Amino acid sequence: MFEEMTVDFILGHLNYWFFIILMMTGLYVVIAKGNLVKKIVGLNIFQTSVFMLYISIGKVEGGTAPIFPMDMKIDPEMLYSNPLPHVLILTAIVVGIATTSLGLALIIRIREEYHTIEEHEIAEQETKVSFYELNGNQLTSGDNS
Amino acid sequence: MLVITALAVVRTRSLFAVVTLSGVFSLLSALLFITLDAVDVAFTEAAVGAGISTVLMLGTLALTSRSERSEKKTPIVPLLVVLVTGAAMVYGTLDMPNFGSPDAPAQTHVGPEYFERIPKEIDVPNAVTAILASYRGYDTLGETAVVFTAGIGVLMLMSGLGRRRKEDEDDPDQEGGSA
Repeated sequence: MFEEMTVDFILGHLNYWFFIILMMTGLYVVIAKGNLVKKIVGLNIFQTSVFMLYISIGKVEGGTAPIFPMDMKIDPEMLYSNPLPHVLILTAIVVGIATTSLGLALIIRIREEYHTIEEHEIAEQETKVSFYELNGNQLTSGDNS
Repeated sequence: MLVITALAVVRTRSLFAVVTLSGVFSLLSALLFITLDAVDVAFTEAAVGAGISTVLMLGTLALTSRSERSEKKTPIVPLLVVLVTGAAMVYGTLDMPNFGSPDAPAQTHVGPEYFERIPKEIDVPNAVTAILASYRGYDTLGETAVVFTAGIGVLMLMSGLGRRRKEDEDDPDQEGGSA
């Protein structure tokens, strides 16, 4: 495999690697950061870089946007980029905003219940609650740490 | 520039700045989409990604807190997971055709057929619109279903937010005030 690693090969694949770096940045934010809003932002970054990967697959060297002349007389010499990835990604963007808004609504609800949007603080509260339940004690309302 | 913005998102603690940076990220990616010939996608990304989602996130921030607490755990394990995943994906790209090559499988199979059929069957100048509304109409139908479901979900989660808050103020011992 490594004998194919010519300059041409590297230049032709550099954009894919670039998008993978972006994707991994988003994934890192999702995994490593405890703040829920930040997790959603990381998810968005991940998502957008996947879109970029798809769109770049559809790009043709020297091509142009896939919009025909108004009289529909298409010049056969004209190169157009592939419109299919564009269509799929248009759908994906809208689905993405739907999931984002649902996630944000969940965050608001969590904040209302736990008074925090930090993951480890929620985990602490949950541990405390299950500790009290195991010991058969009544959870007092002043247990709001 | 996109990478710099993304890294800034990782480092910044102020959530307001993070949300603004994500809007910047969306706008930059819209520019990238234009250079990649996807003008329709750039439109949507600028409107939806930079516009609506930023507004939604700002709304969330207004209802929650503004800044992120400092982390306790060490980020070694996530870093390792991310590096391994990234390496696997780079390995996957090694078999892909060069960027923009006209004889890639993606360009030679379905795409030309659409270009032949659209002037005859649809007669809409914008190929993306023609495919979206006709050849892949079921996708759009499914998308509408998803958005509808998400809308219902958001409404269910958010409904009674003000009412519950008022109950909390009246009686702090009520469920939701404790725990």
